[in-house]
Amino acid sequence: MIGLEHYLTVAATLFVIGIFGLFLNRKNVIILLMSIELMLLAVNINLVAFSSFLGDLVGQVFTLFVLTVAAAEAAIGLAILVCFFRNRGTIAVEDINVMKG
Amino acid sequence: MIQADLSVILPEIVLALFAMFALLAAVYTGKDKLGVPLVWATGGLMAVLAIWIATTGQGTNVAFNGMFVDDGFARFAKVTILLSAAAVLVMSQDYMARRDLLRFEYPLLVALAAVGMMMMVSAGDLMALYMGLELQSLALYVVASLRRDSVKSTEAGLKYFVLGALSSGLLLYGASLVYGYAGTTLFSGIIETAQHGHVTLGLLFGLIFLISGLAFKVSAVPFHMWTPDVYEGSPTPVTAFFATAPKMAAMGLFARVMHDAFGLAVADWSQVIALLSLLSMFLGAVAAIGQRDIKRLMAFSSIAHMGYALMGLAAGTQFGVQALLVYMAIYVTMNVGTFAFILMLEKDGKPVTDITALNSYAKREPAKALAMLILLFSLAGVPPMLGFFGKFYVLRAAYDAGLAWLAVAGVIASVIGAFYYLRIVYYMYFGEEGEELESNSSPVLWGFLMASAAVMVLGIVNMFGVEGAAAAAAATLVN
Repeated sequence: MIGLEHYLTVAATLFVIGIFGLFLNRKNVIILLMSIELMLLAVNINLVAFSSFLGDLVGQVFTLFVLTVAAAEAAIGLAILVCFFRNRGTIAVEDINVMKG
Repeated sequence: MIQADLSVILPEIVLALFAMFALLAAVYTGKDKLGVPLVWATGGLMAVLAIWIATTGQGTNVAFNGMFVDDGFARFAKVTILLSAAAVLVMSQDYMARRDLLRFEYPLLVALAAVGMMMMVSAGDLMALYMGLELQSLALYVVASLRRDSVKSTEAGLKYFVLGALSSGLLLYGASLVYGYAGTTLFSGIIETAQHGHVTLGLLFGLIFLISGLAFKVSAVPFHMWTPDVYEGSPTPVTAFFATAPKMAAMGLFARVMHDAFGLAVADWSQVIALLSLLSMFLGAVAAIGQRDIKRLMAFSSIAHMGYALMGLAAGTQFGVQALLVYMAIYVTMNVGTFAFILMLEKDGKPVTDITALNSYAKREPAKALAMLILLFSLAGVPPMLGFFGKFYVLRAAYDAGLAWLAVAGVIASVIGAFYYLRIVYYMYFGEEGEELESNSSPVLWGFLMASAAVMVLGIVNMFGVEGAAAAAAATLVN
């Protein structure tokens, strides 16, 4: 029988993979965007699992909001990335280093 | 029913509709030629809304089944947010117009961000919190990279976006855990699950994730790493905006979540916030010492100031929230004046941000240098400027709440921090004869600089009534 804990474990695993993807990835900014998406989807699994477990619809409404906002966020992120690429000619993470200190 | 709900959020609706219709109108007519009138219109509308909220707001109104709360606390924060956003918009007009940066989207994005901030401080539910926060953040990511032909500005936008999205993810994960273990997303429902002054383990996990996400937004250490780069890379007027209204909004949201949703379990979060506060004060004070770029310096200064404001929150008392509000109001006023000064620094039409360029500035511009001196003393917390009373307030709140060690640490950090503020004063008054900066005296910037400096001196009489307003606002949040 698959219970709430299984869903929470999957979500927590995905969330941690997302965070590690953000911090360990040194190659490409697109991978950062994918990692962010992975984190948000982990949250959605959490919300839907809780919603089903509690018999309460609010969690699923929340999920719809998260999905919508995640789409808007990805659009804005890609737009900024395109502007950055035009100026810098690269989207490698290690080249985002004009400012430091 | 819906009529009553809509009347509660009328200011937000007005601002959001204005932004959307102005966007359509500008696209179909003059485009960027409308930049200047739109800046004045948006700034004017925000000021009118602030006066409207301040004069007509009465009691505590709840809309949409508790998802949106309009109380004294929210109104205090909203008035601060709207006034500072309007001030920064008006200040940026001349600077941006001369550099061909004044696209018509800029004032409208600021207006949309302000709508998001108003949602944040009024949130009564995790969903409302998330929607407000994202509306604000998405608009801010775009304004950070407003100068889209510059590597620095787009890099600032990209860094802000990636770290902002990470913080939203942390916050959401916390929200999902809180929802699961409390069974509701309403703050009024979450607070009832606390028993004997503590929350369950699942809720505690959620709470910690929520705090991490919020700490990103107020740029508290150890979640501060985006701040210096974003402040340095963004166009200066945008930096001025980042340093004022969004900080007030994030602090307001922080206080609202902690007190409205977890107010019965103060012991569970007060230590965490005290630690954030301690680290922010010290990192802000120490890391700014090596900075030569005044925008980076202001970034570390704002990290340190957020540490002091969090001290008021860590106290977990009504007086603590009052101290937080007073501190933020003073902080925002100081920063408006300081950035008015920074916006005036230029040479051959190019903005100057290196602090050594201020050498012997006082000989050429005695009035401006004196105003900046007052503001820097106030930022450092030197008596008798208003900034000292802000610090005094939060230190007393922390001491009264039994956090004497934090108050002592705050005093030490403030002494360390005074060094880099006073160094700017040293350059201005005793620095060697340097290259001459152009004296660009836009009357608007000059007015804001002088007004802000005057407030820092004259405000010590009665703080212009902010003290009483903050006390009333804190009383509606903490019962």
